[in-house]
Amino acid sequence: MKARVTVTLKTGVLDPQGKAIEGGLAALGFAGVDSVRQGKVFDVELNAQDAGAARASLEDMCEKLLANTVIENYAIEIL
Amino acid sequence: MKSAVIVFPGSNRDHDIAHALKTVTGQDPVSVWHADTTLPDVDLVVLPGGFSYGDYLRSGAIAARAPIMRAVAEFAASGRLVLGVCNGFQMLTEAGLLPGALMRNEGLTFVCREVLLETVSTDSPFTRNFAKGDVWRCPIAHHDGNYFADADTLARLEDTGRVAFRYARDTNPNGSINDIAGILNEGGNVLGMMPHPENLVEALQGGTDGRRLFESIAGAFAAA
Repeated sequence: MKARVTVTLKTGVLDPQGKAIEGGLAALGFAGVDSVRQGKVFDVELNAQDAGAARASLEDMCEKLLANTVIENYAIEIL
Repeated sequence: MKSAVIVFPGSNRDHDIAHALKTVTGQDPVSVWHADTTLPDVDLVVLPGGFSYGDYLRSGAIAARAPIMRAVAEFAASGRLVLGVCNGFQMLTEAGLLPGALMRNEGLTFVCREVLLETVSTDSPFTRNFAKGDVWRCPIAHHDGNYFADADTLARLEDTGRVAFRYARDTNPNGSINDIAGILNEGGNVLGMMPHPENLVEALQGGTDGRRLFESIAGAFAAA
């Protein structure tokens, strides 16, 4: 079973890398970019019985390692 | 005073901290490999600076889950002293032994220079030889030193005297919230700080401002 975990910074947490990318886009002439937030994507292949079990396991992985929940949110997508 | 320095793949200030401990206490610390599961009988455990696991995922994130960290957490829970410097501070937050997180520097660049620190709390074994408001020189070298904590956590840290050191007025090098350079846990027996006091303990290094931190710790045991 394949899954995708997306980790993003929480709203209100300053993202200096996102800001730098925003500046880079502006320098390239892309107009109308209001904001860029950088995140991470993890493609995980699991040996799980069903989507429910896979999701539960991934949530545990996010809480314990993939995300730092002090500053980051995560979203799980079973593909 | 007996101490141990934990060595992770990618640690690079372990020798520096060992040298500082030897210089100040006269005793060589024991080196402990990250894959070990037990600690020797010591008074202080140090998580050194460096780039454990190449800062993969997040700085300190993988090291914080290393086998030895369970023993370090138990050691801290028993009230004994744990010091994390730079990458060690990042590990302590990642391991949940200290609150908050260390994010990419606001200016995005790696900052390697000397800063001025202000001592905020003197009520801990690490800071007992300082006076409140003392300003002292200390080197820094980091990319992810921008301390962040939510408003409730920050208020708790400030209100209970758990901010140990701040970057002195208008010298914040990384965007750290409230200019925080180092914090204590609730019991005052775990200190995490981004600056490197171990790199300013003898004249050859350009000064001895960092000595007081190690003298505080050694003194805490001499007094006990």
